[in-house]
Amino acid sequence: MYTWIWRHLPGGTGLKAVQALVLVLAVCALLLFVVFPAIEPSLPFNDVTVDQ
Amino acid sequence: MDGDSTSGGDRRGRHSHRAEPTTLTGSDPPDERDEDSRNGDGATAWQPLVPGVPAARGVDDEPAPAGNETDRPAADVRRPARTRGDLVRTGVRGVGQLLVTAGLVVLLFVVYEVWVTDLFSDRKQTELSQELREDWTADPTVPTLPDGGISEVPLGQGFAFIRIPAFGEDYVKVVLEGTDEEELVEGPGHYVDSAMPGEQGNFALAGHRVGKGSPFLDLDQLAPGDPIVIETADSWFTYRVVGPDDPNGIPSQQIVLPSDVSVIAPTPNGPLDGPPSGAYLTLTTCHPKFSARERLIVHAVLDGDPVSKADAPDGPPALTEG
Repeated sequence: MYTWIWRHLPGGTGLKAVQALVLVLAVCALLLFVVFPAIEPSLPFNDVTVDQ
Repeated sequence: MDGDSTSGGDRRGRHSHRAEPTTLTGSDPPDERDEDSRNGDGATAWQPLVPGVPAARGVDDEPAPAGNETDRPAADVRRPARTRGDLVRTGVRGVGQLLVTAGLVVLLFVVYEVWVTDLFSDRKQTELSQELREDWTADPTVPTLPDGGISEVPLGQGFAFIRIPAFGEDYVKVVLEGTDEEELVEGPGHYVDSAMPGEQGNFALAGHRVGKGSPFLDLDQLAPGDPIVIETADSWFTYRVVGPDDPNGIPSQQIVLPSDVSVIAPTPNGPLDGPPSGAYLTLTTCHPKFSARERLIVHAVLDGDPVSKADAPDGPPALTEG
């Protein structure tokens, strides 16, 4: 998977490294700001209330 | 890749390195490496190549006239085998990378839960705090009762500040109405049906233990007598964690099952529809840390009369004691 992505990035090693870093950061941002907040309410370990 | 092109090329390459002189003289004693050459195309494959072809040509021996015909079947047999191996290897590598990625995503989720949500909560707390201060100084949208209590607060709206000096002088959080997740991500939430600050009954709050600003992270470290100060539009209410001398026998701290709602009953641990027997404050959070298996409950009781903010703009003495 990563090999495939690396092969398909254009440019030399330096350029590829920069693009790979940008990709990693983009994925992290997507997870932190979109995916995690969306799935979090359905996870069980956030309950702090007492209810029946 | 060079060696892969044909079996003949592979073999010749090896020979050219190891036994070139022998090969060139033509007296090539068949050894074990050449076994399949001997069985199949050995003689015809070898003889024409030996005299003229230099070792370096091993790479592109496709056009080699005689070796070509005989080598090709061998190459065709080998290639699919190689490709299958490659496929398996690629597949296994892909699965491995996916698993490593999944692990990293889970780690990132932990980072999110424990630290990133703090950032979000802090920002919301700052906004809420500003809103509330503006509401209080300008046109109060939260109606207050004559005795300093609060009647009805819309869900999700901040209506008071909670200060716990034991958690640090700067510990102050906006308390919101409601205990749904959307309120609790912003700060401690007030159980809708429980009493309001200063009222007889049980002023019950829920808050996150880890993440979301971690308002109740150290709740287990509150000792009997520790003050918890609630600030409303015009009053300060000082609660103190109950001691062993509580007339209703209420513990300062208890760990209960998530379904045990009696802890937020008007009289803690009493019936839900029972009468109040004092002005209590109850804080609930999850227990143990990082889990939701149980609930950690801390009870406090109102200490003295409310202090008007006009009399004590900087707060009651409990804020600065110790």
